[in-house]
Amino acid sequence: MLDKSYYQKVDEIINIHGKTKAALIPIMQDIQAEYKYLAPELLTYVAKEIGVTEAKAYSVATFYENFSFEQKGKYVIKVCDGTACHVRKSSTILSKLYEELGLSKDKHTTDDMMFTVETVSCLGACGLAPALTVNDEVHPAMTPEKVSTLVKELRGEANE
Amino acid sequence: MEYMTIDSRLVPIEGEKNILAVIRKAGIDIPTFCYHSELSIYGACRMCVVEDDRGRIFASCSEQPRPGMVIKTNTKKLQQYRKLIIELLLSSHCRDCTTCTNNGMCDLQSLAYKVGVHAVRFLNNKEQLPLDMSSPCIVRDPNKCILCGDCVRTCAEIQGVGAIDFAYRGSKMQVTPAFNKCLSETDCVGCGQCRVVCPTAAISIRTNVTEVWDAINDPNVRVVAQVAPAVRLAVGDRFGIPKGENSMGRLVTALRMMGFDEVYDTNFGADMTVIEESTELAKRLESGEKLPLFTSCCPAWVKFLENKYPEFADNVSTCRSPQGMLSATIKEYFKKKDEEEGKTTYVVSIMPCTAKKAEILRPDNFTNGRQDTDIVITTVELIRMIRQVGIKFSEIAEEAADMPFGYASGSATIFGITGGVTEAVLRHLSDDKSHNSLNAISISGVRGNDNFKELTAKVGERDVKIAIVHGLARAGQLLEDIKAGKAQYDFVEVMACRRGCILGGGQPYEEGHNTRSARTEGIYKADRMTPVRYTSENPNLKLVYDEVICGKEHELLHRNLKN
Repeated sequence: MLDKSYYQKVDEIINIHGKTKAALIPIMQDIQAEYKYLAPELLTYVAKEIGVTEAKAYSVATFYENFSFEQKGKYVIKVCDGTACHVRKSSTILSKLYEELGLSKDKHTTDDMMFTVETVSCLGACGLAPALTVNDEVHPAMTPEKVSTLVKELRGEANE
Repeated sequence: MEYMTIDSRLVPIEGEKNILAVIRKAGIDIPTFCYHSELSIYGACRMCVVEDDRGRIFASCSEQPRPGMVIKTNTKKLQQYRKLIIELLLSSHCRDCTTCTNNGMCDLQSLAYKVGVHAVRFLNNKEQLPLDMSSPCIVRDPNKCILCGDCVRTCAEIQGVGAIDFAYRGSKMQVTPAFNKCLSETDCVGCGQCRVVCPTAAISIRTNVTEVWDAINDPNVRVVAQVAPAVRLAVGDRFGIPKGENSMGRLVTALRMMGFDEVYDTNFGADMTVIEESTELAKRLESGEKLPLFTSCCPAWVKFLENKYPEFADNVSTCRSPQGMLSATIKEYFKKKDEEEGKTTYVVSIMPCTAKKAEILRPDNFTNGRQDTDIVITTVELIRMIRQVGIKFSEIAEEAADMPFGYASGSATIFGITGGVTEAVLRHLSDDKSHNSLNAISISGVRGNDNFKELTAKVGERDVKIAIVHGLARAGQLLEDIKAGKAQYDFVEVMACRRGCILGGGQPYEEGHNTRSARTEGIYKADRMTPVRYTSENPNLKLVYDEVICGKEHELLHRNLKN
């Protein structure tokens, strides 16, 4: 059960975009921007408020890779696996991250809710390949060693 | 007149919205999975592709006919194209045809045969998903889904429910309720219209045939059947009997051959409903309370109203459905006999409807904690049982149903079609019980295929405003209008399925396009051919009210609303 404050925030977001079916995607985007993820309860609530079926809202939310029903960690690391990054061995970057953080293809977020690791198809930073972002900050020309250092730094920063 | 050329022949264009309709008019049964004339056009299955004179290939369902157009429907290129589509569909489809509930009735199966796919070159590496058996009405098997979206559009556009939709994308796409919930956790009303349009067995009827055989084979059980009005017009479809013909006589014989102890007619329950509902309407008109009165015969409609418009719950008639009334009365009728003989009476209700399977489980349909209807089987399941026994349905002699619940008026028969309940109630409330009165009522606006009809009828001194709706999406719209004060009625009849029970979720749908008109004509013919047309003239009613019901109308014939 989510706290009442979530629904108040969502009401604010709905008011900005209006109670129309067409507002579904912008509302979902704003909720995700606010909480880094789209809580299922909130999607159900939005669907009811703007008059689309829950199944339709779920349909739209699952169509776009960008929307996530899972709560994200403090640091969201997006590893680029576009063509340029892929040929420059982004897969070793990803496996190093998985190893360091104890994550896998099916487990995206650490239990302490610190890190979430995702892959993206292209960050548009092909000249910097292989690249990754930490909460939208770009880290270029990554190597497995640099990944270890980065994780250490982020952990240290969090502990301060 | 404007013309287009289809397969080298000139075909007139007469206002068709798409080329597909023109092609079918020209006598070519072009294959489709995702096209239904009553739904929006989706254009996903690509089976209806045609080739124009420049070699361009496009879907005929989503292209307007234009004068002078030249198209071909069966070129070598198109044949290969269709074959490949079917092969690809089959590549990710569960291919256990011999054990599939839809074996022999599957569009995918028959189209694979028609277009000549004899082998599938691709391996099915799709992840197998669990079946959804949570609903008492329908079963969802996602492994058999070909993603045509017919169920999604039917549920949203015709029924206004939208319990299921597409989720995910690309190779991971599925049709599912939100958050992969079970159907029972959604607003699904169990109408089964998704199953009607499903070309495979991805959505099928939840079958209860085994339970019925178990009861028949138990010597301590008195197995009693009741047959709904719409069943008799559809059951013959699979046995070579002309569409829309009344097979009640054969059905009674077949049920007796199968081992049923008593065979009754749900129409008798409908006659009781006419009496109870007319009384209720008269009372509410007098007091002016809880108007409009909504009919309660259709369980999918009742559930829809409860889910989405609970504020109208008091407006729904307190009457049980004809099925519910008759089952309670049958149980009462055999109560003493059962005690004497040490038997139990088991009521099997044969219905055109999947939602009836859920209705019998509702506590408000119980009598003192007793479930009155023990099991519901649909027309489709009954056909399967007749086949299991090997009865040659078209050859057997006709017999009459058992008394006292085997005789009913013509008014009861038309409960199976939209407008029928209203027509029956108007007949009952009319002081003039003549032929002329029957005709006058039949042309008063109660009949016809429109999904919304309104009329004003004179009951006594008063003008009664009536609305007749089929399709729950339209019913939802009506409730919105009533809520907003834009519309005002005294009596509203709603049936969830388009055109009523004759096209219910449990009915067979054979090839050909005249099923709707044949059943419509068939049901009105059955009414015309019944010697007693007015409920009040059914001689058995008085007997049953006097000797079985004995003043317990409230307990047996109305919903138990306190629990």
